Amino acid sequence: MNTPEQVTTTPDPWHTLSQFTPARIALGRAGMSQPTRASLDFQLAHALARDAVNIPLDFAGLAQALAAQGHQSLTLPTQADNQRLYLQRPDLGRLLGAAAQGILQDTATIKADAVVVVADGLSSKAIAHHAPAFLKLLLPELCAKGYALPPICLVKHGRVAIGDAIAGHFAARLCVVLIGERPGLSSPDSMGIYFTYQARAGVSTDADRNCISNIHDNGLSYAQALAKLLYLIDESERVRFSGVNLKDGTTEAGLENQPPERCFLLG
Amino acid sequence: MYTIRTASLCYDFKNLRNLMAKASPPRSGDYLAGVAAVSHLERVAAQWVLADVPLKQFLTEALVPYEQDEVTRLIIDGHDRVAFAPISHLTVGDFRNWLLSERASTESLTAIAPGLTPEMVAAVSKIMRIQDLILVAKKCRVITRFRGTIGLANRLSTRLQPNHPTDNPAGVAASVLDGLLYGCGDAVIGINPVSDNLQATTRLLHLLNDVIERYQIPTQSCVLAHVTTTLQAMAQGTPVDLVFQSIAGTQKANDSFGINLALLQEAHLAALELKRGSIGDNCMYFETGQGSELSANAHEGLDQQTCEARAYAVARQFKPLLVNTVVGFIGPEYLYDGKQIIRAGLEDHFCGKLLGLPMGCDVCYTNHAEADQDDMDMLLTQFAVAGGTFIMGVPGADDVMLNYQSTSFHDALYLRQVLGLRPAPEFEQWLQTHQIFDAANQLAAQRSIPALFKPALDKLNGYCDEHA
Repeated sequence: MNTPEQVTTTPDPWHTLSQFTPARIALGRAGMSQPTRASLDFQLAHALARDAVNIPLDFAGLAQALAAQGHQSLTLPTQADNQRLYLQRPDLGRLLGAAAQGILQDTATIKADAVVVVADGLSSKAIAHHAPAFLKLLLPELCAKGYALPPICLVKHGRVAIGDAIAGHFAARLCVVLIGERPGLSSPDSMGIYFTYQARAGVSTDADRNCISNIHDNGLSYAQALAKLLYLIDESERVRFSGVNLKDGTTEAGLENQPPERCFLLG
Repeated sequence: MYTIRTASLCYDFKNLRNLMAKASPPRSGDYLAGVAAVSHLERVAAQWVLADVPLKQFLTEALVPYEQDEVTRLIIDGHDRVAFAPISHLTVGDFRNWLLSERASTESLTAIAPGLTPEMVAAVSKIMRIQDLILVAKKCRVITRFRGTIGLANRLSTRLQPNHPTDNPAGVAASVLDGLLYGCGDAVIGINPVSDNLQATTRLLHLLNDVIERYQIPTQSCVLAHVTTTLQAMAQGTPVDLVFQSIAGTQKANDSFGINLALLQEAHLAALELKRGSIGDNCMYFETGQGSELSANAHEGLDQQTCEARAYAVARQFKPLLVNTVVGFIGPEYLYDGKQIIRAGLEDHFCGKLLGLPMGCDVCYTNHAEADQDDMDMLLTQFAVAGGTFIMGVPGADDVMLNYQSTSFHDALYLRQVLGLRPAPEFEQWLQTHQIFDAANQLAAQRSIPALFKPALDKLNGYCDEHA
């Protein structure tokens, strides 16, 4: 690639649109195909994402970060003993392992309105980067509502539905699961939040959950995610359910206030 | 009944459901469900037994009980015995021979489609090789219309998928324009919204509607929100072209999606009433994918490919414009690697086409699957050779909202070059009129911004200069 790429490729004269989106637009072309640079960019990002899937979460570090915020936590392994098994057997990632059940037995007497679960999911980077900072905003809000909270449950090799078992154990009404989302090329560290009212293992289904996804530096901000979650919590307390029939009624002030000329195609 | 003695071993497959699962080519989801064959020999033994099963048997032995599952009731009650008559005497093995023969022409395949059940086509697919799946699907022709004609011979359509991590309108519009300038978007311009929020959905629907009207693009829009959200949007008078919903092949799985047949019917009627299609009224867009039933813990003991075919019975009830198997999205616990993803994509296309559906394929994978771009190129090419109806167009093949890899605008242009595939005729006309494509459906050789979009981009550049 010693020759300037313009000599061997046809560039797209609309680079200016890249200011609006992280998507891979205006790549140009070699013939009708992606130029070498764009093609290798993609392969590089894929290599990073593939490697990221397999990096284990530092649970001790996470527990320490929460302790520094004044919050106790429990680290609970699921029945998926290793990463390979975890990827192929999602059923095991929804079940607490024997060690976890032992740990939970010691907490049997704790009363709870809400449980907060943090699971590594498919991106340990997402949890490492975003969970401590988000919890720093969320936990004071939950405490201000007067909710009784058990220790934060940190789940190793966990799937979303692991929250059901944990909410059931504490007889909690509200279940909030923070989980690492499957890494994308442009966002290896995207975090998702699943909220379930009256989550119970074997009873709750995906239709009973509300999902807030894409929480990362170029996605949904902590403040936006928090506003959505608090709205869902308050609404679910009113109507006594969650899921597809509980609509996210929050307005996105940032988008509403955009000047009309921002939508250049219709300006 | 389902017994075979082979290689000095005796296999007794208890029932048709068990036999179908054991006969399935290997995939991780069936192992996860505990329904897969435990050895190669057991799998082939099951395929031998399955080949001798009369097609009629599928009308009397329901794989999920009629009383407990509305998808089964839809399949049985909706079966067209007249259409079935020409093949009613065949076994599964004979049916494969018939499909490969010259007797199975485009016309005869179209005629028998209402007489086929999902289980029949799933069964025959299990004893077919990839070249069989391609050959037979290629003979099927399914044509649908809204503002363009989808599915004509030697055509390939594309869904422009301009997703944005925060549903930002300018961000969406940037990807829309990039795609249009690469000749993409005749199947639909379809956005997956970040959250299922009526306000965000409505705003995106207005944006796409305004762009399509302003630039007179012969295509249709869709925001892939839950059907209940789209119903609310329609009730408020929002411009909805296509109603989207993810569907599955068992009642229990559809329950977990928060849908049932009556709800889909309500949405279908509401969309028909809007009469927004200019040349046709196919106004539904469905997505499916092997493994979604098991993922919802609702597979009813079926293998995932049979579940998937049953979802097509749900789809065909509502005469969709598009059906999309999102084959590699679900992850390695259902389709482990490139080999499993490729075969599943071609099976889904074959089964859907045989049942009379306009099948597209989201040729895709996730970063935790054992797959890469080479695997996708294999499926992409084979799917197009098989006469696939449409593929996705995602900027650079990287969906920055859903976090997976699909196909790029460039990928569609690759297929147009090597296979001579053209876009839908109305869209082709629009592309050529505005000098995006030349007469040979290639991108115009010397690149300048077409006059149609020049004012918008000039204004944007001016705006940026002023504020630089």
